[in-house]
Amino acid sequence: MSIVVVGAGPAGVRAVETLIAHGQRPIWIDESPRAGGQIYRRPPENFRRNSRTLYGLEAAKARRLHGAADAAARTADYRPATLVWDICDGAVQTAGPGELGVVPFDDIILATGAMDRVIPFPGWTLPGVFTLGGAQVALKAQGAAIGRRIILFGTGPLLYLVAYQLAKAGAELAAVLDTSPASAKRSALPRLLADSIMLAKGFYYVAWLKAHGIAMESGIEPLEILGTSHAVGFRYRTAAATQREVAGDAVAFGFGLRSETQLADLAGCRFAFDPLNRQWLPAMDEEGRALGVAHVYLAGDGAGIAGADAAERAGERAALALLTDRGIAVSNARRRWIRHRLARIERFREGLERAFPFPAHLARRMADATILCRCEAVSARHLRASVAGIGAEELNRAKAHCRVGMGRCQGRVCGAAAAEVLAAALNVEIAAVGRLRGQPPVKPLPVGLL
Amino acid sequence: MSASAPGGQFVRLAETARRRIVIALGDRPIEALEGDSLLTALLLNGRQLRQSEFRDGPRAGFCLMGACQDCWISLADGRRLRACTTPAEDGMALEEIS
Amino acid sequence: MSGSTAMRADALVLGGGIVGASTALHLRQRGLSVVLLERDRVGQRASGVNFGGVRQQGRALAELPLSRRARQIWGDLPRLIGIDGEFEVTGHLRLGRSDAEMAVIEEHCRAAAGYGLQIELLGRNALMARFSWLGGVIQGGSFAPDDGQANPRLVSPAFGEAARRAGANIREGIEIVAGRAEARGFRLVARDGSEFFAPRLFNCAGTWAGKVAAWFDEDVAIKPEIPQVMVTEPIAHRIGPVLGVVGGDLYLRQIPRGNVIFGGGEGAVSEDWLRSRPKPAVARTTARTAVGIIPHLKGAAVIRIWTGVDGDTADGSPVVGPSRRHAGLFHAFGFCGHGFQLGPAVGAVLVDLAVDGRSDTDISGLGIERFLDRPR
Repeated sequence: MSIVVVGAGPAGVRAVETLIAHGQRPIWIDESPRAGGQIYRRPPENFRRNSRTLYGLEAAKARRLHGAADAAARTADYRPATLVWDICDGAVQTAGPGELGVVPFDDIILATGAMDRVIPFPGWTLPGVFTLGGAQVALKAQGAAIGRRIILFGTGPLLYLVAYQLAKAGAELAAVLDTSPASAKRSALPRLLADSIMLAKGFYYVAWLKAHGIAMESGIEPLEILGTSHAVGFRYRTAAATQREVAGDAVAFGFGLRSETQLADLAGCRFAFDPLNRQWLPAMDEEGRALGVAHVYLAGDGAGIAGADAAERAGERAALALLTDRGIAVSNARRRWIRHRLARIERFREGLERAFPFPAHLARRMADATILCRCEAVSARHLRASVAGIGAEELNRAKAHCRVGMGRCQGRVCGAAAAEVLAAALNVEIAAVGRLRGQPPVKPLPVGLL
Repeated sequence: MSASAPGGQFVRLAETARRRIVIALGDRPIEALEGDSLLTALLLNGRQLRQSEFRDGPRAGFCLMGACQDCWISLADGRRLRACTTPAEDGMALEEIS
Repeated sequence: MSGSTAMRADALVLGGGIVGASTALHLRQRGLSVVLLERDRVGQRASGVNFGGVRQQGRALAELPLSRRARQIWGDLPRLIGIDGEFEVTGHLRLGRSDAEMAVIEEHCRAAAGYGLQIELLGRNALMARFSWLGGVIQGGSFAPDDGQANPRLVSPAFGEAARRAGANIREGIEIVAGRAEARGFRLVARDGSEFFAPRLFNCAGTWAGKVAAWFDEDVAIKPEIPQVMVTEPIAHRIGPVLGVVGGDLYLRQIPRGNVIFGGGEGAVSEDWLRSRPKPAVARTTARTAVGIIPHLKGAAVIRIWTGVDGDTADGSPVVGPSRRHAGLFHAFGFCGHGFQLGPAVGAVLVDLAVDGRSDTDISGLGIERFLDRPR
């Protein structure tokens, strides 16, 4: 039986490892040249920093995951640097280095990960402005800081992790500015105790930053990224409602993560709106089987944000479900343990959402002139005009009219904010405006390659 | 090699003991290290990757992980590449930024 | 069902594509009350996702009078529907890749002249000199300067909005499941049980219109056609005219923003004809054909592939005209993937017939009778 696993982050690695341990040889397809995903991203082979330098407190986990990945890659039919750009008729369409392919499957596990969730602000398309995840990639995978004096803003644990990693590596941080108020973080503490180790790490990062004199604020409101041809600073409102400007030549921001669900959409998964993630996600049962379509399994942040630890467990869980469905005996004790572990992480995750809430209100009242869709240079005004112009009441109709989401990224970057703006304009719940439909190819493909 | 060329966006913090390579941006030679992505190589030596097609200014990438598609640039022979996920190779010839 | 609960009007239009919407608009302009019934949203299906070519060249001769009338309306769009729909008179270039294809082109140029179409025949050298981006095995072509392109995502819904502003009762999200002819008109029944009645009915139900026609004993076999189209990222603007080839396996246009939209072949469709999706192998074939004709496309990245559902008749031309069984019933369907340009005129001509009993536009070659007389 032919099994395809898409993605080589923590979820994909453990899924493949589990399948191999039960006698299978899956076809393992990943876009990156090296397995590891984002948190455990590995630089190119000729880089020298050790895992402690690269991953800090997660070094041991990273080493274990990379070890597992490398071992699995020796047994699996491993195809790195290969994009899956469509799924239909029981096969995936691939684009590897220089050529296309078609890989049929009997079962497929999608572990497609996530990217930062962003809200457009004036100036966000300027050179020198990146996502928090992007700043982390520059550091981890390229050994570079995104600028000489870096401003970080947004919310979520990644804000503090990236700040810590950059400062520790010798980058100059101008400020670390969190939109979540201190009170939100305090009220989340009971839930965050569900993973006391993770919570302790968070405290450690904040304490370290404080001890090293990094300016940090909570409860801020982002106003504008300053500059004409590139970023030169950031203007914001403090928790005390005064306006402040901080100078810097690089800005990185993000508000948590959002799942990459386009392949799940093309594979025919049924979607449901998830209030915690505030995103439409592929629906699955409690073991990772996709609902609405047979032979599709989901794992990791690509099916709902829960972090790297949860992704490892979910990858194993999906593989165990697949094996069970194929009549292969698996350990029920192990399944129970995974279920228990993931339940704890889910409580922690709820705590994170409470500590670092997504500031949807900032998206909803985005100024008309702000570029909302950066691929197509569509402003918030244009999206709002679709409501007046053709009575657009859901995202795809609005997209057809004003081009939001029609560009190269197919709405990955602007989709969350576009939904907020449209829902606000219509005065409806966020779920009511639907989601942008996935269309192949999930990423741009040169005509010459086709 | 200095941490970053004057007028560059990125700053090298580590990993400088790598083989030097040279790529061309139009007729301007750009020094880089083997293992740099095209985006890294260009942003160590400048602040822009391209001009937005819709006249809303210059762009220099955003997510650095192949998701946002903001960093597509052209080789001199017309082929299109995503700068953040394409390794810079010795002798690569890029179209100048327009 | 009690007849007294039916919503009544002077006319019912079944289907909210560009054909139905233009029909509703023209009915309002003639002072008739109209209810338009659309299962989803106006201009959402084939009318909203098609390639966007606005051409007269290359059509079957029976379609040309309608197409000429449509061309006049296209030039008048701002006055009619309030927007220009990004209609641009870029000209249309039809390419022949073999002697046989050139013979088809030459014959069409000859015959079309009789309908007032000015088309310029070009041999290979003239073609290559004029359009430097062409390459490959091209023997020649014909250039129709009066043709062009528009944005279907804007135009089709805009016809619906214009009809609404003119007083048409546009009912979206209504699925009609049955219809019958009665003594004084036509009754349509929706899935939720609501009913609609009018002395005039316009069957503009797109791919599903053949089934509707069968409700009225005029069974016309319609096969679903699933045009597949893709679009590139914006690239430097070099391609002026809209492009087509004999055989229709490639059609291409570059929009002012720079994106190149091109299509060919067919995708896949669900059993109920409601959902379609692209076929990757077809995308590859179309891409190869495109690069063969326009080499510099090789470098551009495709960012999206999509499909639509249209209806094919047995002879490749639509059914447009009055019913042969029931007075007051009019048909307009089966546009075989090339109805976008015709759409604005179909409404005008059908309303001419419905209100005046005649039209200056000759659609005699598109009558439903040509299918009814054939054995099934």
